[in-house]
Amino acid sequence: MVIAIATPTTTWYLLLAAMLFSTGVVGVLVRRNPLVMFMCIELMLNAVNLTFVAMANKLGDIGGQTTVFFVMVVAAAEVVVGLGIIVSILRRRPGATADDIAELKG
Amino acid sequence: MLDLVWLIPALPLAGFLIILVLGRRLGEPRSGYLATLMTGTAFVVTVGVFIDLLSKTTEERAHIKTIFTWLPVGNLKVDLAFLADPLSITMALFVTGIGSLIHLYSIGYMHGDPKFSKFFLYLNLFVFSMLMLVLGENMLVTFLGWEGVGTCSYLLISFWHTRESAATAGKKAFVTNRVGDWGFMVAMFFTFQAVGSLSYAPLNEAARSGSIAQSTATVIALMLFVGAVGKSAQLPLYLWLPDAMEGPTPVSALIHAATMVTAGVYLMVRTSPVLAIAAWHWAPWIVAGIGAATALYAATIAVAQNDIKKVLAYSTVSQLGYMFLAVGSGAYVAAIFHMITHAFFKALLFLGSGSVIHGMNGEQDMRKMGALRKLMPITGFTFIIGWLAIAGVPPFAGFWSKDEILLFAWDKSPILWGVGLVTALLTAYYMTRQVIMVFYGKARWDDHAAEHGAHGDTHPHESPWTMVTPLVVLAGLSVVGGAIQLPFSATTKRLESWLEPVIATSERPLKSGSEDIKWVLAGIAVLIGVAGIAGAYVVYSKKKVKAIEPAVLANAWYYDKTVSDFMGGPGRKSFEFIAWFDQRIIDGAVNGAGRMVQGAAGVVRKGQSGLVRTYAALIGLGAVLLIAWFVFRGVAQ
Amino acid sequence: MIVAAGTFTAPSIDWFALAPLLVLLVGGLVLLVTASFTPQWPKHLYAYATVALGLAAMVVAFVQWHAITRDGPKLLVGNAVSYDHFSMFGIITICIGLSLSAMVTDDFLRREGMEGPEIYGLYLMAAVGGIVMVMSNDLIVLFLGLETLSISLYVLAASNRRRAESQEAGIKYFVLGGFSSAFFLYGIALIYGGTGSTNFNRILTAFDSVPLQRKDSLVLVGVALLLVGLGFKVSAAPFHFWAPDVYQGSPTPVTAFMASVGKAAAFAALFRVFVVALPNWKDDWRPVVWVLAILTLLVGSISAVVQTNVKRMLAYSSISHAGFILIGLEAAGHSGASTRSGMPSSMMYLMIYSVLVIGTFAVVAVVGRTGDGATDLGSFRGLSRQKPWLATALTVFLLAQAGVPLTSGFIAKFGVIEAAVDEHSYALATIAMVSAVIGAFLYLRILISVWLADAEVGDEKREAMHIPISTGAAILLCVGFTIYVGVNPEWLIQASDRVVLVAVPVVGG
Repeated sequence: MVIAIATPTTTWYLLLAAMLFSTGVVGVLVRRNPLVMFMCIELMLNAVNLTFVAMANKLGDIGGQTTVFFVMVVAAAEVVVGLGIIVSILRRRPGATADDIAELKG
Repeated sequence: MLDLVWLIPALPLAGFLIILVLGRRLGEPRSGYLATLMTGTAFVVTVGVFIDLLSKTTEERAHIKTIFTWLPVGNLKVDLAFLADPLSITMALFVTGIGSLIHLYSIGYMHGDPKFSKFFLYLNLFVFSMLMLVLGENMLVTFLGWEGVGTCSYLLISFWHTRESAATAGKKAFVTNRVGDWGFMVAMFFTFQAVGSLSYAPLNEAARSGSIAQSTATVIALMLFVGAVGKSAQLPLYLWLPDAMEGPTPVSALIHAATMVTAGVYLMVRTSPVLAIAAWHWAPWIVAGIGAATALYAATIAVAQNDIKKVLAYSTVSQLGYMFLAVGSGAYVAAIFHMITHAFFKALLFLGSGSVIHGMNGEQDMRKMGALRKLMPITGFTFIIGWLAIAGVPPFAGFWSKDEILLFAWDKSPILWGVGLVTALLTAYYMTRQVIMVFYGKARWDDHAAEHGAHGDTHPHESPWTMVTPLVVLAGLSVVGGAIQLPFSATTKRLESWLEPVIATSERPLKSGSEDIKWVLAGIAVLIGVAGIAGAYVVYSKKKVKAIEPAVLANAWYYDKTVSDFMGGPGRKSFEFIAWFDQRIIDGAVNGAGRMVQGAAGVVRKGQSGLVRTYAALIGLGAVLLIAWFVFRGVAQ
Repeated sequence: MIVAAGTFTAPSIDWFALAPLLVLLVGGLVLLVTASFTPQWPKHLYAYATVALGLAAMVVAFVQWHAITRDGPKLLVGNAVSYDHFSMFGIITICIGLSLSAMVTDDFLRREGMEGPEIYGLYLMAAVGGIVMVMSNDLIVLFLGLETLSISLYVLAASNRRRAESQEAGIKYFVLGGFSSAFFLYGIALIYGGTGSTNFNRILTAFDSVPLQRKDSLVLVGVALLLVGLGFKVSAAPFHFWAPDVYQGSPTPVTAFMASVGKAAAFAALFRVFVVALPNWKDDWRPVVWVLAILTLLVGSISAVVQTNVKRMLAYSSISHAGFILIGLEAAGHSGASTRSGMPSSMMYLMIYSVLVIGTFAVVAVVGRTGDGATDLGSFRGLSRQKPWLATALTVFLLAQAGVPLTSGFIAKFGVIEAAVDEHSYALATIAMVSAVIGAFLYLRILISVWLADAEVGDEKREAMHIPISTGAAILLCVGFTIYVGVNPEWLIQASDRVVLVAVPVVGG
């Protein structure tokens, strides 16, 4: 029994990454919960990671794969800082959404 | 002595710094005397430099004193340098001279004001800036002064900040001036592109030798003119000047009559070869046209004003238009000549009006004045001299300079001459009207007594010596000021030979036909002036005339009737219409520009909603647009 | 597939060349560790330490500047870091910003009763990130520097826990910063995929053999995304929206730090990427920069007109300044790295502006009084009567920002506009002048309040303004620099002219 399975090419991965990235962008734009917005940003970063790995594979270059580690470290650092800021805001205003934080404007 | 030219601006600057540091401790009146002393000393130094220049031969009359190299740009450098040549020293003479008189006058005028020292602080800073403007060796130094006088003017107009109208007036001055500044900046960069330097000498040299492209020269000249239009209150940027009357009267006299507003004319004369030689031949026509239009337009508005200072303000705009008419007609000497005489008599008139306002306890409405001649004899006498000078009555100063401008205007085009002549007629008319309303006729100022009792009673009185002395000096100058340039022979044209090294090549030679009929033209100008005076006389003090000299009146009956009918009917209507147009339409346009910026800000503000998701969406939108552009570039290949 | 471990050779590292960075990095770590063990030490000790570290790094950078003049520029750490005049100019700018901000922060923290040492640690880490950015010769290195700087700034923005505005500034900056960083990173990935490298020089030469492939849309989209990410950091419209809110909400000295160090590093990185790595695409990105510059200039100057909060006004003015610096980038986009004046004039602009903005915000910090809240225009009324010297200093800064001759601001504006005129970008130069004209209104509005208006009713009941020593010293230094450069700019112009000689890899390296 043979099922025709198309071999995934680099393009597939790139398209998947682009979709993930777009999902992240849309998530930031439509979600109100700061934590979820933050997760969407992480999604964007990981989409880029996927791009890097796919590209590295295509180019046969180790550089792209090592970059992923840097990005992970950076993302982790962002998590630490981001959560800190979000928690301190939520402590002051429990249940605040991103739209509630709009004192500064004009 | 020539090397001391730097002292001229340095002295008022020192005054400014001293008052800045010690202002409160000096207090009134010492800070006033200090400021006056500094400006006065600057005047003395200027006279010294002037005498030194006189002793040189014509060719050597240009001395550059470099303080330090300011801005190295490529191979060329821009220096902080002062230029002592006939033109700049002429300007410096009357800036410091009239400046000192006005400082002295202000001591009396500002007496008792809580911000007394601050007033002199700004005044000294202004004189410093103005001197940088006229003494600058290159456009950058001039620009520094240019910005400085603008800022000081703004500060001084809004000096009585608590008055709401004063604050708005300051704002308007700022907006229109900035349009002019923009023109200056553009001209500066084009000059730099074209001749690789910002100094006037290479620019003028390039213009004379034709090494600068005609189109570039035209752009530079017209951009400089845009700058001049803003600073010298020409159509359509003249609005700020009448509004600037909100400031204290000495400020009106110093800044808005004698010095700052002449900066535009000065700049055009300073760079005269660019306009006169290098630019396309239609460029001077624009200058002359706008000058003539402004002269006429402002004069018609002046006729319908009732505020004593507003009349003078519009009159200033009108006279500045005259100067630009001269510049556009290639009569650079006449432009400077009129600038000088105008500085004398207009400063005199403004200070005189200030004295009247002072004596009337702040009343500015001419309808509530009258018969003040007896109560304020010196003010009245000097004001009348100023009136004769501006009305073009020989042998007062204004006659000579106005006459010369009209001669050149005739030479350029009889139409320009005609406009100038009508302006002269109107000038004589509204000034006579003012003199009659303020100093003659019935006293209308004690009408208040009924409403306010003894309390509201006004007792007009003569002003203190600090205020009267400058009036007398300026009156003297308004009488004899014309002597510096008399058209009888080459030797009596002193100003022309003095300014020759600066403007010789750009001055337009008169056609022989014009030279021949110059006395005829002068005669017509005198007649027109007299007609204007007579017209106002019959309209505004007719009853009196009837009572005294009925025969004269009978002879002039038709004239009288025509004038009365016209002025009472369609004439007044049209003047009032123009005044209305000025208030609503043109004023509205300037305010509109401000409102447009505010409106645009309102739109941009909507995006700045404070919502982080909106911001993210806008960033995303920007990203999409950028990607679209780059992809398009890729596909387009 | 596994790469044989033995083939990896660590790049040799020239430690001296990295000294300014190491001074701040090690100093910052030591400071943080020491602080956690010695809570009883007086807090201003840390401020002095920060200032000293900044000065030390600056001195090293000066030494290196001369060494580079003598020996020429070079690339370090496997061609990932460049050691050239451009780096040193940027480092010196950052160190100036760091030291001056620390001086202002010291008094501010004591007045506000905020925690001490962490802020200085964050300053130092942010400065390290900034230095990595200006020295970077590789997109990944640049990204690491950018994140180091940004993450520190997020925390700094939110560091005043008593003020809701500060927290709001922190979260906004954080969310939007992370968002734009993701775009930036995606751009790196696409360029990496398109050119096979993240190294600037290899990107530059990637298509030398087949120039047509430069139109590869993968790379072009990558360029677009890089521009989005960096455009956000330099607050170029339409990516500027965070700036007014964050500048207004952050503690005032932090705002000063952001506007000086943050902006300088971001712009330096922008120049590195676009002028050093992407000049082959200059015809593609230059029109975009042209549009961004105009938008930024106009948005900055127009929006400022209707503001009533001085901090916010200055934020918009900062946006407008970014527009001016973009003019330099546009000029550099005409002739690439060899341009005569686009890059130098912008770098000079950054240094001058950094000093100006710190001076200005230092005054705002003093006027803001305890609570850091009195920054509306009304609070500045009558300042000339209460604190004439402070008012004079503010006047100098504002006039300089408006570009009045004889101040450093004029030299800065003149430089970029001249660069534009040199490249015949007349439209851009003209709009820049229009924007300067509109923008001046804002500065004058503040000055009117300071000099002409009477103090607000009830002002006498408020806490008196107090000018502490180190803030006063910082203001004095800023005034001195502003006027000195305005009067004698030659040395700075000549120094900045050297930044065009960026490091290039040795042949075969």
